[in-house]
Amino acid sequence: MVDRSLPSRIWDGIIIVLLLIIAAACILPFIYILAASVTDPAELIKKGFVLFPTKLSLIGYKYILSTHVITSSLGVSISITVIGTLANLFFTALMAYPLAQRELMGVSVIMRLVVFSMLFSGGMIPTYLVVKETGLLDSPASLIIPGLISAFNLIIMRNFFQQLPDGLEEAARIDGCSDVAILFRIVLPLSAPVLASLALFYAVGHWNQYFNAILYINNNAYWPIQVWLRQIVILSQGGIGDSSQFGQDFVPPPAETIKMAVIVLSTLPILIVYPFLQKHFAKGALLGSVKG
Amino acid sequence: MDMVKQTGALQKQRRASFWQRVKRHRWFYIMLLPGMIYFFIYKYLPMWGILIAFQDYQPFKGFSGSQWVGFKHFETFFQDEMFWNLFRNTFVLAIYNIVFFFPMPIIIALMLNEVRKESFKRIIQTLIYVPHFVSWVVVVGISFLFFSTENGIVNQMLSSAGKEPVNFLLSAEWFRTMITSQVIWKETGWGTIIFLAALAGIDPQLYEAARMDGAGRWRQLWHITVPAIRSTIIILLILRIGTFLDTGFEQIFLMVNPLNRDVGEVFDTYVYSSGITQGKFSYSTAVGVFKSIIGLVLVMGANRLAKRFGEDGIY
Repeated sequence: MVDRSLPSRIWDGIIIVLLLIIAAACILPFIYILAASVTDPAELIKKGFVLFPTKLSLIGYKYILSTHVITSSLGVSISITVIGTLANLFFTALMAYPLAQRELMGVSVIMRLVVFSMLFSGGMIPTYLVVKETGLLDSPASLIIPGLISAFNLIIMRNFFQQLPDGLEEAARIDGCSDVAILFRIVLPLSAPVLASLALFYAVGHWNQYFNAILYINNNAYWPIQVWLRQIVILSQGGIGDSSQFGQDFVPPPAETIKMAVIVLSTLPILIVYPFLQKHFAKGALLGSVKG
Repeated sequence: MDMVKQTGALQKQRRASFWQRVKRHRWFYIMLLPGMIYFFIYKYLPMWGILIAFQDYQPFKGFSGSQWVGFKHFETFFQDEMFWNLFRNTFVLAIYNIVFFFPMPIIIALMLNEVRKESFKRIIQTLIYVPHFVSWVVVVGISFLFFSTENGIVNQMLSSAGKEPVNFLLSAEWFRTMITSQVIWKETGWGTIIFLAALAGIDPQLYEAARMDGAGRWRQLWHITVPAIRSTIIILLILRIGTFLDTGFEQIFLMVNPLNRDVGEVFDTYVYSSGITQGKFSYSTAVGVFKSIIGLVLVMGANRLAKRFGEDGIY
């Protein structure tokens, strides 16, 4: 039985309108940036605000892609995201599986140490010095190895392993399967949901990280796209495009167009995969609230 | 004699069974090894490295060659007027966060809960989660495009309305508003998830019964829905207080500049600028340690409080 009275309908209407406004506030900035980045610079300057450009122009993209700076940093970001996420998942699973064995000696001590590392840390400078001592400074590996296993994700995966039925592992063990083979052949294939969610969170984390790169990497050939984004959009550093490729009387596009094009290039990968993976993200968000 | 022999044999047996157990589970221990090495090197060695806060650490002399100075750096820091400045900035930002951001996901979740059409609800959810997945660089970058005094559309609108331009990005008085607004924009949608999960757990029969008793929607909301998520709200609030000092370093680092540093500098940005930029390793480590210890105390206190409310806590 649904309340169909007038006040109730007005109430519904107000909520729907408010939610639409909120959703628009979340999405419109992206649409504006996308639209403005493909708008002819003259039109953009004249109108100021453009959602439906009448005259299209890809000059911003052509200009920033005229040097290899952006393409190669996108390459760095993609490799770090792919390699990093695979390494994260492999090492997280490898450690989570033995930690999920309740009868294994020493597990509770290790768990305590893992949890403590979430509550207290050496902080930025000592971590920086360890990264330096382990020879990772100025190497893309510094964006993968120091964050190899997230304690939080480790606990989530361990909890998931613990609630898998014991019978399957038992049966495999009787059939002579080794503990390692059980993890890779039986446990992991059953863990697809948790692996998917953790992979997404690790991957988004890799794609979006910028501060570690600022901290650990001086050589700008190894900078991921986010660091360039900061340089161009926030610090307004120019010189990304190469005007000489466009002929003599070429006028470089205005800074705004360039900035918007860089934002689009660095955000598009996430916005493209997001609608397909949305379900896993939302599920994953709740994984963390399942207690360890 | 018999007794002695027996205990000896028992000990031997126990020792044997210890090694037997290790041997039987050797593959488990081998699997644990890489992770343990990782945690040792990148989590626990830095904790050991905290000791440089008690030294005058010189990179070329190394850890063992540097001179020990006791609490010198802590004393310097506590006497520096910067100390109170950092404390105030962190505190004000945290209060802004709790007052203005914290209620937002609750309100939106309650609104979403009132929506009867599942498909509409799902579309709204899909859209409001999006900002959570873009980086802080993008969020701050978009703010710079929108709010700058040259060509930013907000200031263009202000000037076409005949108003003076406002320096949102390079002024101290707008800094906290910008930081808090960015957090609200980026994280409100995502924050609804946990409340929506709690709301989904409400027994529909409760509403049924309330309607039988003649309760309107407002009273249903007030007497059934809100009490159902009250414990989630309390726990999240307690846990938020546990991370009181964490003011979103990645975001603030991008937003802070010489013109708003007075109100924008927080512990982490100060550690970065004095440690990495100026090379004062020992001093900045002392600042970091101070923050970590306060943070640890707050988290443990919050956890205990959460347990007292009959919840599980975070560890």
